[in-house]
Amino acid sequence: MRQQIEGSRAVAQTVALCRPEVICAYPITPQTHIVEGLGELVKSGELSPCEFINVESEFGALSVAIGSSAAGARTYTATASQGLLFMAEAVYNASGLGLPIVMTIGNRAIGAPINIWNDHSDSMSMRDAGWIQMHAETNQEAADLHIQAFRLAEELSCPVMVCMDGFILTHAYESVDLPTQEQVDAYLPPFEPRQLLDPKHPMSIGAMVGPEAFTEVRYLSHHKQLRALDRIPELNREFCAQFGRNSGGLLRTYHSENAKTVVVALGSVNGTIQEVIDQLRAEGHSIGSISICSYRPFPQAAVQEALESAERVVVVEKSLAVGLGGILTGDIQVATAGSVNELYTVIAGLGGRVITQTSLRDVFLKAEADELEQVTFLDLNRAAIERHLERESKQRLSGPAAENILRDINSIAGRIG
Amino acid sequence: MFQVRIHGRGGQGVVSAAEILSIAAFGEGKDAQAFPSFGSERMGAPVTAFCRIDTRTIRLREPIMTPNALIIQDPTLLPQRGLFDGLAEDGYILVNSSRSFAELGVGEMLAKHPRERQITVPATELALEHVGRPLPNAALLGAFAALTGEVKLESVLKAIREKFPGKVGDKNATAATHAYEFVMKAAEAACAPTN
Repeated sequence: MRQQIEGSRAVAQTVALCRPEVICAYPITPQTHIVEGLGELVKSGELSPCEFINVESEFGALSVAIGSSAAGARTYTATASQGLLFMAEAVYNASGLGLPIVMTIGNRAIGAPINIWNDHSDSMSMRDAGWIQMHAETNQEAADLHIQAFRLAEELSCPVMVCMDGFILTHAYESVDLPTQEQVDAYLPPFEPRQLLDPKHPMSIGAMVGPEAFTEVRYLSHHKQLRALDRIPELNREFCAQFGRNSGGLLRTYHSENAKTVVVALGSVNGTIQEVIDQLRAEGHSIGSISICSYRPFPQAAVQEALESAERVVVVEKSLAVGLGGILTGDIQVATAGSVNELYTVIAGLGGRVITQTSLRDVFLKAEADELEQVTFLDLNRAAIERHLERESKQRLSGPAAENILRDINSIAGRIG
Repeated sequence: MFQVRIHGRGGQGVVSAAEILSIAAFGEGKDAQAFPSFGSERMGAPVTAFCRIDTRTIRLREPIMTPNALIIQDPTLLPQRGLFDGLAEDGYILVNSSRSFAELGVGEMLAKHPRERQITVPATELALEHVGRPLPNAALLGAFAALTGEVKLESVLKAIREKFPGKVGDKNATAATHAYEFVMKAAEAACAPTN
């Protein structure tokens, strides 16, 4: 049923329809209303049988998830930001052990400086941890991706992160068509584990593997993700046929066929990008965009095909590889193998910096005129940077950068717009 | 697209107001999007929330820069820099206060703004009378329906009851209805021929 609902609540209700048997979470910042909503559903008995476990930390959350998944229970958790970093060791273990846990990331920045707002630094830090990573463009897609995520995770025995922009999606009220229990049951069969810890048939998982077999086990993880590249579009088609809407898949194109300039991005910023593209196309510019849903596995062939006729590509990234530039840009470069003439990186939305239509329009036009720098920081306050660098050059004890910049721009922390 | 920016303070139900407005518009078959200004919210600190209403799917994710309407839940925010930024020339201004714009010290600033598109409504007083708590958000949404006609009062009342089930919803709906009538009467008085 279509409802006007908060993103987090829509995800909570959808996850509940997936019949998780264990949900564990550490309910403190950085957490979303998702686990709060699920906690209420478990307590009221609406979601049953399901055990909701309050753990002592995010490391505990994913460790419990590993245990319950290995014992054959469909397992879910959610986190973001420092929470994901704190569970980092277990993140690698979950995928290395091949446990089909589904975890929502309400994407947020990573400190220092302390920041609670949206960007993609958290999930990007785990991009090579062996989890499948899907990015949602809207709350409808965020909800729908969870249904597909459990199916994909359990088919492949591989954990899946569903990434949705913190605040921008998690805290936004918009219309979401929530499926019925019958619809979800018809799409998502009960969990049949490939490996099972069972006291009646004792065995161990997580053996120490030496140099003689480590590469082979790792290769199998890689192989799983390559198989996911085939399964993701199939699951998307099946979902579309059954639920009547297109959610998920490897990527979605927007007027990118034959466009000379193509913009690439992950997540909710694609909505704003599409608005700008409509305006520019109406003025006669040859521009389109691609929204990448499956970031891991990275759909190289699909990206290459979508960018085949592009003369230039502008990658809008909500994360930064410090000392290099764009992270997604690197993936695009590998996928296109140098066939794109100009590849620009626009670092945008870091720590919740607003990404406006005006600023995007400006960089797209500059790219079109080939006047854009290789790596551009959207709306960077250059004057404040210059003043800080000057202070640093004048005295050794120049003080902490974060406090200095805040004082310089006379900002009240958290002000927006 | 119709864009509403709501300014208030932490604890005044600013975010809830935007959410309720989006539910009301959704109830009329429109597409609506509500979101907060993503601050670390504290009681009493300035808070902003946004609501977009459109007949087509809303894709835009930037904060509302050029509102068609401003709802100001706390008149002490009036001197705040940037409060009126981007407001359309014929945009609506709805302020929670029992005092007039002139008494609030912004009469001169708003002198050129269309008179029929600006009003102060004693929403806190109405909330105290009908809800028993100084939470002006629901009453202001009733006033918003009357001032702009962008959503019907019935839709606002239904949305209030959806957000606050039971007696709390009924009380807030009563406050909203009184605020709606307050604005309608003020509009009638403004249109009445002077003798």
